[in-house]
Amino acid sequence: MYEQIARNKWKSLFLIFFFLCLIFLLTWVFEKMAGWGTEGLVLAVIVAGAMTFVSYYSSDKVVLAISRAKPVEKKDYPYLYNVVEGLAIAAGLPPPPCYIIDDTAPNAFATGRNPQHSVIVVTTGLLEKLNRAELEGVIAHEMSHIRNYDVLVQTLTVVMVGVVALLSDWMLRTFWWGGGRRRSSERGRGGGAAGIFIIVGLVLAVLSPLISQLIHFAVSRKREFLADASAAMLTRYPPGLASALRKLTADKEPLEAANKATAHLYIVNPLIDIGGSVNKLFSTHPPIEERIAALEKM
Amino acid sequence: MGVLLILLILVGAVIIVAIGIYNSLINLRNRCDNSWAQVDVQLRRRYDLIPNLVETVKGYAKHEREVFQKVTEARTQAINAGTVKEQGQAENMLNGALKTLFAVAENYPELKANQNFLMLQEELSGTESKIAYARQFYNDTVMKFNVKQQVFPANIIANMFNFKEKEYFEIEVPEAKEPVKVSF
Repeated sequence: MYEQIARNKWKSLFLIFFFLCLIFLLTWVFEKMAGWGTEGLVLAVIVAGAMTFVSYYSSDKVVLAISRAKPVEKKDYPYLYNVVEGLAIAAGLPPPPCYIIDDTAPNAFATGRNPQHSVIVVTTGLLEKLNRAELEGVIAHEMSHIRNYDVLVQTLTVVMVGVVALLSDWMLRTFWWGGGRRRSSERGRGGGAAGIFIIVGLVLAVLSPLISQLIHFAVSRKREFLADASAAMLTRYPPGLASALRKLTADKEPLEAANKATAHLYIVNPLIDIGGSVNKLFSTHPPIEERIAALEKM
Repeated sequence: MGVLLILLILVGAVIIVAIGIYNSLINLRNRCDNSWAQVDVQLRRRYDLIPNLVETVKGYAKHEREVFQKVTEARTQAINAGTVKEQGQAENMLNGALKTLFAVAENYPELKANQNFLMLQEELSGTESKIAYARQFYNDTVMKFNVKQQVFPANIIANMFNFKEKEYFEIEVPEAKEPVKVSF
């Protein structure tokens, strides 16, 4: 358990460092091509620093916003809060606030940067479709993610992957249109534009597999098994979570607020309809049957 | 001279290890007390809910005087319990009395539809599962503390400074996962 926490902290540090370098490189290349000099370098440092800082402190808010999760009070959802508070006691953590996604697809996730700054998010479908023992299993699973600092790694991954994807997209657009205009007006500098295209192409070629690698690095499948096992230890009732997982997979409704960047946060994969080899590359969840089998063996 | 130095180093090392063990024992004992405080908070919360519950049920089922009395007595006994063991026994009695109360409530459909009653029922079963979790956390901590006192070489330090083993908080939990609900 403590090993896992230490590993997660190292992973987060590595992610942050990697992100810092990448943003720096991207901004610097961009400004170099835009023809800036030393001030470009300084700006790149500032941009990279600011983005890293912001992503560490507010990536959980970004995740909550993307997922369209709303904070709820105890008086409106006493049932949910009672379950969450009970498991917080069992895990020896401060009780996290609860957020709700208004969607009938049953699913849940946790986000934050440490046990003191974490929240648990559930869909309205989850509250409707599970009984108390099952809900306790799911919440215990999320509580384990919080205790193990999985939330930090997962949340950082969402924002960093998002920013990298956004930046590469932005660069592509800028140079596509910018380069095209320049070529038609100043024929003499056509060579420069071609060079830019090559660089952009290279950067993009490097980035896309990197993004998927980054997700894979951050979200080892072992972590889901570990969280299931810790959840069983918290509730002392593995059949609860097993039956919840069975219900969650039996439900074929996709969760609209989830996307590829946030899918790995959820307790079961919220993207149901998409199949094929591309999806396999992003498969961040171990097969549910294996998780249920592991729980039933306890 | 060399022998003396080695002896000094050895004694120093033993003292440092002893200090480490002593500190970890103190640390564990505080964690036990702290986790007991968690249990206590939840127990008190339940004692506070019970009079409300009794009043609400009374409004619909006036003739079940015996049950109310049993619940009230069990509650008083639980509040006045001294040791952890006594507390466990008193809680068992209180659990039994509450079960009968809810069983009685089953016979009154209007009561079961009462918003206040439903809310109290949810609060009570929520508090009950919190007690269970706090108890689990407390017992785990006590186990760590007790084991630490029994193993060598910590047992020497524990004896020297008169550390006492803590009692486990035991409650019978027949259907631990179900909230109090009985149907005849």
